[in-house]
Amino acid sequence: MSEIPGDLKFLSSHEWARLEDDGTVTVGISDHAQDLLGDIVFIELPEVGKEVEAEGDAAIVESVKAASDVYTPISGEIIEVNSALEEQPETVNGSPYDDGWFFKVKPINVDEMSNLLSPEEYSEVCED
Amino acid sequence: MKKTFLYEDHLSHDAKMVDFSGWSMPINYGSQIDEHHQVRNDVGIFDVSHMSIFKISGQNAESYLRYIFSNDVKKISDKNKALYGLLLNENGGIIDDLIVYHSEGDFLIVSNCATKEKNEAWYQVHASKFDVSVEYIDNHGILAVQGPNSIKVIEKIFRGDASSLNTNECVKTDGVMVAKTGYTGEEGFEVICENKYLRKIWNSAIESGAKPIGLAARDTLRLEAGFCLYGSDMDESVNPHVCGLSWTVDLNDEDREFIGKQAFLNINEKDEQKMIGILLKDKGILRPGYEITHIEGKGIVLSGTFSPTLKKSIGLARIDQTNEQSGKVKIRDKELEIEFVSPRFLKKI
Repeated sequence: MSEIPGDLKFLSSHEWARLEDDGTVTVGISDHAQDLLGDIVFIELPEVGKEVEAEGDAAIVESVKAASDVYTPISGEIIEVNSALEEQPETVNGSPYDDGWFFKVKPINVDEMSNLLSPEEYSEVCED
Repeated sequence: MKKTFLYEDHLSHDAKMVDFSGWSMPINYGSQIDEHHQVRNDVGIFDVSHMSIFKISGQNAESYLRYIFSNDVKKISDKNKALYGLLLNENGGIIDDLIVYHSEGDFLIVSNCATKEKNEAWYQVHASKFDVSVEYIDNHGILAVQGPNSIKVIEKIFRGDASSLNTNECVKTDGVMVAKTGYTGEEGFEVICENKYLRKIWNSAIESGAKPIGLAARDTLRLEAGFCLYGSDMDESVNPHVCGLSWTVDLNDEDREFIGKQAFLNINEKDEQKMIGILLKDKGILRPGYEITHIEGKGIVLSGTFSPTLKKSIGLARIDQTNEQSGKVKIRDKELEIEFVSPRFLKKI
């Protein structure tokens, strides 16, 4: 089973969200997701300043096999993107929870985090 | 789900197994990109035992094959050799693509797994007219050993002439047929034999330096080589011209009648769309179904992927006739530039 860090929250569509000390939320895709996708070869990130709505599409990840939408777990403004992924998308395969983060959101309502799945709940999703 | 004889061996090499037309097959053993490079730079081994094998027996086997196959098996019937070609229907549409092997008097057909039932029915309909028997061989498997170092591996496993075969030649050695054929664009061999020999050959190849390669890498390898995939790049709705496969329709012997011949002769190639290779200039990945436009018309992406060798996206496409060298492809809400090129992305063969 994929390793799931305890400080993360999840969408059932395999995105993770981490509430940082400064109140922003970092978003990426899970280890399980990168494993399902296989070798990741292209990532389209949102523009900084874009307003996104929880569970709306915010980025695109393409493996050799297929293209998938990446949804944001939380509503708000995109304040930073991991542009290193544009040159090295394979980082997501090797480090989905750290160097392979996608973007940071300044949330409108941080309470939305409580709508997300806990690591335990998410791991049940992965087993289905 | 059907399993090949080497199912457990794949699991022991950490394969990720997927459902491939009803067969549980290894899609990768970790990284399909690493596996792709392994075949381009060294040597890999594929279990392709899901492919269908048919044996054609009877005095009229040659006449029968000359009638149902687009290519003329007369070219190989006095040799030990393989011949690529198509099964055409009466309209010139492509029922399947396949390889006919002739070895020491025996004719074998190897074709796709998803088309097995359809082909079998087609073979049987026409077999009665020629008094031949067509038998599906389910106790055999196929291994492909591909890559620049494949000769070294074959040399170690098989005695005799196997490693010195020329392209498309085949030889039987100790009950195993070894052919210089493949689907990767690299020098390579395909081995057809009874299941009981498979594990020994698989293990010997791995001991000799071959790494297991999954079907995902097989797809990027074939696409770089410009080989069509049945179901994606061709089907019964298109004729060989449209797929760049008219070279597999042998018209040299004017007296040879074969299914689809008249329909094929009635087609004016210039009226048809054509198959091309496409290269995406920008970042992004070409996918089947994406729409193409150029100054004189339009087209569609049939196969598209990321080329691990070229490190950019490539594809096969069908477009309206044009001499234009470039066009545009619609990817989601963007129009991106593509170059029209030969489908042989790697001219290595």
